[in-house]
Amino acid sequence: MNTSSPILSVQNLEKNYGDQIGCTDVSFDLWPGEVLGIVGESGSGKTTLLNCLSAQHAPTNGHIIYDTRVDGAKDLFLMSEAERRLLMRTDWGLVRQNPRDGLRLGVSAGANVGERLMAVGARHYGEIRSEATAWLEKVEIDKNRIAHLPSTFSGGMQQRLQIARNLVTNPRLVFMDEPTGGLDVSVQARLLDLLRGLVARLGLSAIVVTHDLAVARLLAHRLMVMKNGRVIEQGLTDQVLDDPQHAYTQLLVSSILQP
Amino acid sequence: MNDVQQGYNFAYIDEQTKRMIRRAIIKAIAIPGYQVPFGSREMPLPYGWGTGGIQVTASVIGKNDILKVIDQGADDTTNAVSIRRFFARTTGVKTTEKTSEASLIQTRHRIPEQRLNEKQIMIYQVPIPEPLRWLEAREKQTRKMHALAEYGLMHVKLYEDISRFGRIATSYDYPVLVNDRYLMAPSPIPKFDNPKMDNMPSLQLFGAGREKRIYAIPPYTKVTSLDFEDHPFEIQQWEENCALCSSEKSYLDEVVMNDEGERMFVCSDTDYCEKRRRQGHIGPMGTALAAE
Repeated sequence: MNTSSPILSVQNLEKNYGDQIGCTDVSFDLWPGEVLGIVGESGSGKTTLLNCLSAQHAPTNGHIIYDTRVDGAKDLFLMSEAERRLLMRTDWGLVRQNPRDGLRLGVSAGANVGERLMAVGARHYGEIRSEATAWLEKVEIDKNRIAHLPSTFSGGMQQRLQIARNLVTNPRLVFMDEPTGGLDVSVQARLLDLLRGLVARLGLSAIVVTHDLAVARLLAHRLMVMKNGRVIEQGLTDQVLDDPQHAYTQLLVSSILQP
Repeated sequence: MNDVQQGYNFAYIDEQTKRMIRRAIIKAIAIPGYQVPFGSREMPLPYGWGTGGIQVTASVIGKNDILKVIDQGADDTTNAVSIRRFFARTTGVKTTEKTSEASLIQTRHRIPEQRLNEKQIMIYQVPIPEPLRWLEAREKQTRKMHALAEYGLMHVKLYEDISRFGRIATSYDYPVLVNDRYLMAPSPIPKFDNPKMDNMPSLQLFGAGREKRIYAIPPYTKVTSLDFEDHPFEIQQWEENCALCSSEKSYLDEVVMNDEGERMFVCSDTDYCEKRRRQGHIGPMGTALAAE
């Protein structure tokens, strides 16, 4: 791994849905250990951008260069699909807004965490189970619930389970789409605390999409503000939030309710 | 036989359809374990009764074949009798209950206890050909998983078994890997029969009529049952021997005898059990049969 080059480099990314612009003219570098926040109102292209970055949708134009562990920098969409899918279940994590989309609801919590391990060839039940137990503890889920179905978990627990399931293969890059959406405020705070701790301890790089500026301020080192599919402002989080330059960012920042 | 039905083509299905099915079979043999789609036809019996197996049998059967049909190991149950009579009436071929005499064996649920040879063909009736179906409902996804050999998900099911029951509780349709490549559902045979598929001298064909898939295992092909290092694959065992022929190594059915709950264990393979009794192996409830 080369720490002097970006882990993900995005060049002139564009995604159109027919005549509709999903996102356009997006370029940035993500460095190892860095957390990038993408904020903007709904419909601004945040999720489209994330879907392209995480190789779920092919972009219309532009390049996404990922610094792979073995072969160095490679263009995501010049890789074979098999390589991309391997990357997605080993080197990457994807935490979805709705944990029900990211979890396998028909199997136990332990199997959910163990799935990625089995996908990369783990074939020892005892080891998979102890690894799963360790991860449940890391995300503050009682290890006695390892054999329970995720559908018996609360929303916050499901979200934490989803995080454990993604981090079990020690990914280097995690994509999060509104990780705290739909959770109540105190659960949100705990989850953010947990995420911040994990990201710092594991040295993860992450891209977090959110419409919640408080989440962005807590998690992200750097911020990108999107509107109508374009990046209108980017910079260090505190700088963007404390001294917004663009009119839209100013509106966004000023529209936070003060309790 | 002289009660062959007039007015039907040999083996009921028309020749063009047979050609189409044979092409699918050849492709299936060329790619062991791969599910080949085919244009499944309406058959004169309901889906779930073996329409896939019947279409495969009809496409490979010739005038000189000798057909055996088994259902749950037995030759004399409704499904076996009906299918055997169907082919007797539409082809006039000789039928048999003896495993050693048969050149074609259509089966549901069992592989005969007797080792098969290179001149025989096994034809399985398959209800659900996709082993990943219960875990991944989307056909598009399962096909992609087969294409890229992403089979970790199947182990998730076995993991779940162990975590619930302390052991791999799947006892039939136990998933296998064919030729180190394709994950395959071996049809609802008990896992007791899985080791028989490995390196079997005869050709094995699988037909799923409703799901419109044919797949195959060529002779002498490696077939491995999935497992974990610390929970290896194992087959069923019984504390008793067969009550009729005292066999200790065949697959036994448990039969409840009366309202007092008395029960007996008896070979599910009726031909094997009879043969043993003719050879003088008699269990506690068995009666001697005359040698042939």
